[in-house]
Amino acid sequence: MKDTNAIVLSNVRIANDVYKMELRTDIAKEAKPGQFVQITVPGFYLRRPISVSWTQDDVLTLVFKIMGEGTAVLSKLQPGAETSVLGPLGQGFPVTAEKEVVLMGGGVGTPPMLKTAKAYLDAGAKVDVVLGFNTAGDVFYVDEFEQLGITPVVCTMDGSAGVKGTVLDGVKSAGITADYVLACGPLPMLRAISSTYTKGYVSLESRMACGFGVCNGCVMTDKNGMAVRVCKNGPVFPIGKVVL
Amino acid sequence: MDLSVQLPGLNLKNPIIPASGTFQFGREFAMLYDLSVLGGCCVKSITLEERLGNPLPRIAEAPGGMINAIGLQNRGVDFVREKELPFLESYDTEVIANIAGASIEEYAEVIRRLNGVDVIKAFELNISCPNVSAGGMGLGTNPETAAEVTRVAKAAADKPVYVKLTPNVTDITAIARAVEAAGADGIVVINTVPAMRIDLRTAKPVLGNVTGGMSGPAIKPIAIRAVYQCAQAVNIPIIGCGGITCAEDVLEFLYAGASAVEIGSENLVDPWACPRIIEELPAVLEKYRLGSVKEATGKALPKAQ
Repeated sequence: MKDTNAIVLSNVRIANDVYKMELRTDIAKEAKPGQFVQITVPGFYLRRPISVSWTQDDVLTLVFKIMGEGTAVLSKLQPGAETSVLGPLGQGFPVTAEKEVVLMGGGVGTPPMLKTAKAYLDAGAKVDVVLGFNTAGDVFYVDEFEQLGITPVVCTMDGSAGVKGTVLDGVKSAGITADYVLACGPLPMLRAISSTYTKGYVSLESRMACGFGVCNGCVMTDKNGMAVRVCKNGPVFPIGKVVL
Repeated sequence: MDLSVQLPGLNLKNPIIPASGTFQFGREFAMLYDLSVLGGCCVKSITLEERLGNPLPRIAEAPGGMINAIGLQNRGVDFVREKELPFLESYDTEVIANIAGASIEEYAEVIRRLNGVDVIKAFELNISCPNVSAGGMGLGTNPETAAEVTRVAKAAADKPVYVKLTPNVTDITAIARAVEAAGADGIVVINTVPAMRIDLRTAKPVLGNVTGGMSGPAIKPIAIRAVYQCAQAVNIPIIGCGGITCAEDVLEFLYAGASAVEIGSENLVDPWACPRIIEELPAVLEKYRLGSVKEATGKALPKAQ
């Protein structure tokens, strides 16, 4: 973990309220799939935790949704703007020797699955990707997965694009049989996945202050009743470990 | 430059102390810097039994700071004594054990179970946490109960006792005087300021606990005022706390009457805040033509003019 200056290289809207930002920062070289960074937003005290979506040399790609005042300001940062980035943070997705995996992303849970998909492809796995959104205007990252040679199964709750329904409906519709899942998305999606699959990992989202395990702001409880910090012990946990 | 400060039980090589609740028990920061650079450190609040804390969300942003409602999450005194505190033995820094409880007797019992733990140099009574239903701030908003918990803690403790005060009172000097009279060796001024935010989309409070404690730069003027008032009300040393982000802020607290300072939220946004401020401090003291930290303490007080 280090605190580095970062320069915004690009910042573009890619879906409803969703922005893709590229930053030049040394952290890019260290970040593993599923880890996150804390980015300083000009004029705000707390940093904002955002998952690492992609890295290429010293370029870090973050994808975020406007959720409040801080991310709204973040969406307006222009190329050339300077900020600081703390990271990489947390435990990412382990890259195991599975032959076949299914990756699921829900909404802004999709971004970390891109780098994760690449890592599993590099490890020789067959990778299926299922992406869930509310509506067609929310859909993003289809091209990015296609550039990796993966055609993602897109699902929308209102049926305006791809399969109508949840990511699990998408899995069924596409006949994906992998029993090892890697997922990031909203809690209801992760709950549904956790009651369907027993092998794999889920990445959790939480409000947090520090991002490195000292404030206890993002604590959840595991199935043994022990406290776990989403930022430090996670955000990626073995499926079934944390009470969702 | 002489940065050292000698307080009851605490031989501080510099006046910088990470505040309780932003430092855990040091392990995370020990991976970032040598904890021995710190004057002291104040560990996470310790209660008798394990506490899981408040429902999420526990954190909200606020202009110039943040609001937290953690709820004194900790593993309980026995676990802390056996598993957490030994880690700090290998560092040359003065450890302060922050104590919390739901009743006055709980404070005494936690202290009794920590007596004899050599790494602890002083106790800090948290009678100012706004995020628990019993004890906490309830004890610290009334001079009689504040004095009573101080008396009971002093009778139990084998080390000096500092009392951390809440700003959520009409007259903080009344509380300061009451705990001084009850035997407190020093006071820590201030804990967080009760606060809340509401999410406009859901029309519901942001925090799971509804209310929380505001910290960060926005509360610094409140803390400076409280230190300045308390410094004129009591003769025991004051550790200033509230919104410090840089060495200039430290100096402002010293001028107001603090002998040392605790740094809280800034650790959460800049994990290297404490070593950075320690490094900045000599040049800032020099800039204002001060020869030592001690020389700065109380410089703004009427009696020093």
